[in-house]
Amino acid sequence: MTTTAGDRLVAYDELLTRYEPVIGLETHVELGTASKMFCGCATTFGAEPNTQTCPVCLGLPGSLPVANAAAIEATVRIGLALGCRIASWCRFARKNYFYPDIPKGFQTSQYDEPLCTAGHLDVEVDGETYRVEIERVHLEEDTGKNLHVGGATGRIHGADHSLVDYNRAGIPLVEIVTRPIPGTGAKAPEVARAYVTELRDILLALGVSEVRMEQGNLRSDVNTSLAPIGDLEWGTRTETKNVNSLRSVERAVRFEMRRQAAVLDAGRRVLQETRHFHEDTGTTSAGRSKEEATDYRYFPEPDLVPISPDPEWVEKLAAALPELPAARRARLRQEWGLSPTEMSWIANAGALGLVDETVAAGATPGDARKWWLGELARRANDAGVELAGLAISPRQVAELTRLVAEGTVNDQLARQALDGVLAGEGDPAQVVQARGLAVMGESDELVAAVEAAIAGAPDVVEKVRGGKVQALGALVGAVMKATRGKADAATVRRMLEQRVL
Amino acid sequence: MSAPTTELTGRTADELARLLSAGEVAAADVTRAYLDRIAAEDGDLGAYLHVDPEAAQAQAAEVDSARAAGTGLGPLAGVPVALKDVVVTEGVPTTSGSRILEGWRPPYDATVAARLKAARTVLLGKTNMDEFAMGSSTENSAYRPTRNPWDPARIPGGSSGGSSAAVAGGLAPWAIGTDTGGSIRQPAALTGLVGHKPTYGSVSRYGLIAFSSSLDQAGPMARTVLDAAVLHEAIGGYDPCDSTSIDAPLPVLAESARRGATGDLSGVRIGVVRELGGEGHAEGYEPGVLARVAEAVALLEGLGAEVREVSCPAFDLALAAYYLIAPSEASSNLARFDGVRYGLRVGDDGERDLDEVMALTRERGFGPEVKRRIVLGTYALSSGYYEAYYGQAQKVRTLISHDFAEAFGSSAAGGPAGGGRDADGGTGGVDVLVSPTTPTVAFPLGARVDDPIAMYAADLCTLPASLAGVPAISVPCGLSDGLPVGLQIMAPALADDRCYRVAAALEAAQDDARGARFLDQLAARTGAEAR
Ligand SMILES: [Zn+2]
Repeated sequence: MTTTAGDRLVAYDELLTRYEPVIGLETHVELGTASKMFCGCATTFGAEPNTQTCPVCLGLPGSLPVANAAAIEATVRIGLALGCRIASWCRFARKNYFYPDIPKGFQTSQYDEPLCTAGHLDVEVDGETYRVEIERVHLEEDTGKNLHVGGATGRIHGADHSLVDYNRAGIPLVEIVTRPIPGTGAKAPEVARAYVTELRDILLALGVSEVRMEQGNLRSDVNTSLAPIGDLEWGTRTETKNVNSLRSVERAVRFEMRRQAAVLDAGRRVLQETRHFHEDTGTTSAGRSKEEATDYRYFPEPDLVPISPDPEWVEKLAAALPELPAARRARLRQEWGLSPTEMSWIANAGALGLVDETVAAGATPGDARKWWLGELARRANDAGVELAGLAISPRQVAELTRLVAEGTVNDQLARQALDGVLAGEGDPAQVVQARGLAVMGESDELVAAVEAAIAGAPDVVEKVRGGKVQALGALVGAVMKATRGKADAATVRRMLEQRVL
Repeated sequence: MSAPTTELTGRTADELARLLSAGEVAAADVTRAYLDRIAAEDGDLGAYLHVDPEAAQAQAAEVDSARAAGTGLGPLAGVPVALKDVVVTEGVPTTSGSRILEGWRPPYDATVAARLKAARTVLLGKTNMDEFAMGSSTENSAYRPTRNPWDPARIPGGSSGGSSAAVAGGLAPWAIGTDTGGSIRQPAALTGLVGHKPTYGSVSRYGLIAFSSSLDQAGPMARTVLDAAVLHEAIGGYDPCDSTSIDAPLPVLAESARRGATGDLSGVRIGVVRELGGEGHAEGYEPGVLARVAEAVALLEGLGAEVREVSCPAFDLALAAYYLIAPSEASSNLARFDGVRYGLRVGDDGERDLDEVMALTRERGFGPEVKRRIVLGTYALSSGYYEAYYGQAQKVRTLISHDFAEAFGSSAAGGPAGGGRDADGGTGGVDVLVSPTTPTVAFPLGARVDDPIAMYAADLCTLPASLAGVPAISVPCGLSDGLPVGLQIMAPALADDRCYRVAAALEAAQDDARGARFLDQLAARTGAEAR
């Protein structure tokens, strides 16, 4: 996929000298309910196409929807977690348009009466807090999935024919819409990313969705506009659709800022349009122009009765909310004695839960943090996976730190033990045992090695005895070499001192 | 032991049910009698779109063997029934009168169909209708016109005209119709039947091909008030598959009909709606219709009812509001017919793109009246027009509900809380409202096809109850120019029992005076013609 011809880009640092961005995000989250929004069909990901369907989610003539109470509850909880006002009465609405992936010719959604309104989410970037105002949180149904066969692009244009899988049609979808976010300046891409990250963590804490971005559980539409610094009016915004990774959210904003700056520099105007994001190149390309947009002819869905959440029930849900990520971070930061910056490193690495669990399994906060942000982060990066995707559990990491603390292994041996754990050889202690990685105590083997080193270097011994104590290092090195690193250097030094001095 | 065919098809459904239960007739004989009549008559009448004689006979035979084996069967087992083709039936073609669904065999049963199946009734067939229930004459059927058994040159009403013609013509003992703006009551009135539109939400809409979701209700069409009540009880009641279904027990209907038939209406307060054919509002109403209605009201007064005139000013706005709300909802409900998943697909030649195929399919698959309403509804819902049209129409709807509430003396407008009082109780309002069911008797085929406004006027009297969601029944009240006239009786929501009680009282009094049932006049006439 190429970007539109004429997509010149302005260097990021340069554009910031002339323009100010305003961003906004519309995020769709597939809820993890057992059944669909308006029927009893299962929602399992990856099932054979069109096996999780029924007359309702296929939109067969005569079929009628019945709202999923669990989905309504999950949406209210999301709203509460975002500090929203929960409507005392609201309705579903029909969004009418033709497309093969919407079986009824309309999508059941909410329009001017959303379930939750007027919330906010504070996100932190480099120690600074940005308040993101939430305009609305509403409930709707997902569409089916089109598969365009033939053609170069995988899009409908140029395809030979198209197939539709309705397994996804009718899965409950929550849409979370921010108000425009001004004032983020150079940090706009990072704020966008931090917002989606924080939102994901909240959804995980609430347990309402698996939030597997690679499965499309969470997709964001990213709005970006630029205006000359000091302008009172915001620029024309573009909407980059279906950005489905945290990194892509950041890249999409950055690219759009650079592209729009070039358009404005050339004295042209930015078109209000939807754009597609391309993972491979990190670029966007023009989609449908909003200026010829469909009229969705929204009207209240007559097949569903209004939702009127009982205030007492809402209060109960509010009281039963789990500890949310921000509160958890504040508590853990205190408990672990970290600075806000240190804490944000952990959070940004997506390691908070892992570190917390590792501490819970017995590691010190310092050790847990060191391993996850150091050696393990490197391994994850090399393997191209998320930290949580590594084949090691927090309990195993805790065990590793214990083996080091007890002196059973040193850091270098511990890394070898980690190799074994990641290779599926078992728990760290098992790997140490099986691979013979334990540090030698004052064993006969080590005594022999020490004495051999003394005997093999009388000149060094002479120097040491003559007062050049630092020469002892050469003897330590010799012993370590002879034991292939399994000896503990401090022990070796002590044994040498006893014998030479 | 089998009774002669003519005798069987002349029975009411309630009588058939008793004969079957008592083992005095076999379900197979009853079904064969009806199938014979369908074979003989329906070529001219055009009441059915689909009949499967083998399937019907198999169902009847199963009932007979179950009864022979001593299996406990419900009271309606073996009674034949016809379903309007808007009711989805598993494995049985269902078209809603449209080409766009030609050949579609649904994979599921509507709740109404499932309940009748569970009651072991025998499905005779699917009846003709105006396409997607849009029309008042059944002339909008994509397949064939249906004739009125009283006069084959006239329409049987619509949109449930296949059902009305089948029952009036003796091609089914009773039938299911659906009513959005009068589609049960108007054809019942024009063919001399009893037809009831239940309280909105009291009969499941699951599996009715939607026309206007906030108005559609299925209901019974029958030869007597008691039959209608019995059929209503068989299909009614809460259904978890329909969100708008009311989770409350049905009022006792058949019992109310029996009670009404004893003829005592003392204490019942009846309001005659001025705006529906009364003084200053009689334009467009045939004098013969108004005369029959006035006689019926006098008869009810003679049975002890208190009668007074009631004014419901917002009823004048019902037609305008209806023709915005119903097309708006229809434009959305009919969007699913795009040729992608089922039914007709036109122009999919590998050259044309998706939009073209959808457009061609809809161009070819929908008839002119359906297109007219889709365009109207699409316009009314458009951004910038919504408030002026759809929004305004909803306000009128609220006003109409208020008029009903005021007339019935209840504080709540329309909703479930509005009803529930016994017909003998009350607080200063009336218990039921009455009006003509239609302004005119059945008109000739073709008379209004080119004049949609004249066609829409056929629903003038039935629209208010539809918009307010309250129950209303049409019961025959005599002939004008030899054609049936219907009296409409409207009650508060969930007080369907009042409709049956008052209708049964009128029916019994008229039958007594006549010495025969209303439809016997038709049988006598066709018998005379045959001779
Ligand atoms: Zn389903």
